[in-house]
Amino acid sequence: MHPALSVIFFTVTSGAGFGFLAMIGLGVPLPESGIGAFVACLIAGGLAVAGLISSTFHLGHPERAWRAFSQWRSSWLSREGVLAVFTLLVFALYAFGWVFYGVRSSALGILLFLGSVATVFATAMIYAQLKTVPSWNNTLTPVCYLLFALASGVLLAGSFGFWKEVGSISIALVALVAVGAAWVCKLLWWNSVANDTLAARGSSPDTATGLGFIGKVRLLEKPHSGENYLTKEMVHQVGRKHANKLRMISLFLGAIIPLALCLIVLVTSAPNHLLALAFVSLLAGLFVERWLFFAEAKHAVSLYY
Amino acid sequence: MTSLPTETTGKKLGLVIDLDTCVGCHACVVNCKEWNTGGYGAPLSDLDAYGADPVGSWLNRIHTFEVTPEDAPAQIVHFPKSCLHCDDAPCVTVCPTGASYKRGEDGIVLVDEDMCIGCGLCAWACPYGAREMDPVENVMKKCTLCVDRIYNDNLPEEDRVPACVRTCPAEARHFGDLGDPNSDVSKLVAERGGMDLMPEQGTKPVNKYLPPRPKTAAAVEPKETKTKKLDSKGFLGWLDKTLEKL
Ligand code: SF4
Ligand code: SF4
Ligand code: SF4
Repeated sequence: MHPALSVIFFTVTSGAGFGFLAMIGLGVPLPESGIGAFVACLIAGGLAVAGLISSTFHLGHPERAWRAFSQWRSSWLSREGVLAVFTLLVFALYAFGWVFYGVRSSALGILLFLGSVATVFATAMIYAQLKTVPSWNNTLTPVCYLLFALASGVLLAGSFGFWKEVGSISIALVALVAVGAAWVCKLLWWNSVANDTLAARGSSPDTATGLGFIGKVRLLEKPHSGENYLTKEMVHQVGRKHANKLRMISLFLGAIIPLALCLIVLVTSAPNHLLALAFVSLLAGLFVERWLFFAEAKHAVSLYY
Repeated sequence: MTSLPTETTGKKLGLVIDLDTCVGCHACVVNCKEWNTGGYGAPLSDLDAYGADPVGSWLNRIHTFEVTPEDAPAQIVHFPKSCLHCDDAPCVTVCPTGASYKRGEDGIVLVDEDMCIGCGLCAWACPYGAREMDPVENVMKKCTLCVDRIYNDNLPEEDRVPACVRTCPAEARHFGDLGDPNSDVSKLVAERGGMDLMPEQGTKPVNKYLPPRPKTAAAVEPKETKTKKLDSKGFLGWLDKTLEKL
């Protein structure tokens, strides 16, 4: 699949934003009110909104984007839109009370948490629902999206220095486990999709043309000598060449560095603010990971080309 | 509403495409574009049409495959592909706006272009590559089954079939109601063993493909051919000799 920058930016950034919003909703210790609370709200809301705005750059008619709220009964993309806007509205109320009055409503907080998790889940389901792309059509796809969002949220929330521990477990350890769990899930996903190909699902040029009963089917001539929307959008091949190197880069930026930083905070007296650096590195790693998510995905239509 | 229709008439309009007779002339491709660029919805645009790198939106494309049996020489199969108007159309249910829909009355899958936001998700959901984004209008284009011809009382009756069907010189495309077991197309499908493309995708396509008929086995070596000596007697012989001399 063609890795469109707007969509990569959307999934990574809004994932991080809603992950942070989920932490806020849980009521984890953060600046009590005023400017500190405002900064936290700005980062969480900013990331979520920036992601959503970026996703509209992918549209042919962004001015009609409001229409996407109508089909939530059947469409995951529509559900994602509805949930995102609902969650951001809840957050607007929550942030108002918090920044100006130092009140963090737990009722709104629960809604905020549930809305954020549901939004990230819906984002992942846009991809996971597609049978045409076997690697996306995997139960681990939404799990990865959720765990990466939560890991981003924990790192961001922890970096303010107010949230020091969960029970008696230090926040650096919690972050370490969160980041680690997300990448373990991703490794499992990589492992699972390596064998879950179109061929493994019984699709081949033979079934695509129905001609397999005669013999081996091979494309002789494309419909037109040039490219078309389908080949550009769904038969993208550039990314696969460097896939292994890019996986290493994403693991280094997204896993090794953030985990090392968490460890430093855990065992030394380094301030929790260092987790912000871990977050930035995770985000960079996730951009590469998400690029691969698209570039490596093979669509059924490639069987015709 | 992008849920699939719950109330249907049982009518399933669609195409039956004969892979045995298609000669790969692309006439249906051209006539499809010709009709649909002036018909339903926005024109079907092309970019750089006369340049080095032309691209454009088409509702119907012909692929050409080579099929090699184990014990015989390869054969060429031309393969027309347009929307299959699937019963369980995944392109419809993913659409966030309601622009994509399947009609209950005849099963045709259409896009309401004024509602389409051009997100492209429906094209991702279709396993067959039957949907293309128009590069100028940025709305999703797909085969309409020539809905503006088949019910059009202003056209002479013989023209009330899809443009591709009307134009095919090999009669490789047939149009009709595949929901009616007694229709001509249904009988054709039964007779010739019409098949679904990628049935494993669970889309339940309405359009069917008729497989190529078995080839007569080719002779292993070409037979010796004898050239007949010209009969040089009589009037024709005289004419032949005279003309030779000229
Ligand atoms: S062929 Fe593709 S576009 Fe047409 S109905 Fe089936 S899934 Fe939808
Ligand atoms: S491109 Fe248009 S028709 Fe297709 S899913 Fe998006 S809004 Fe619906
Ligand atoms: S039915 Fe009409 S729109 Fe569909 S492929 Fe044929 S000519 Fe094109």
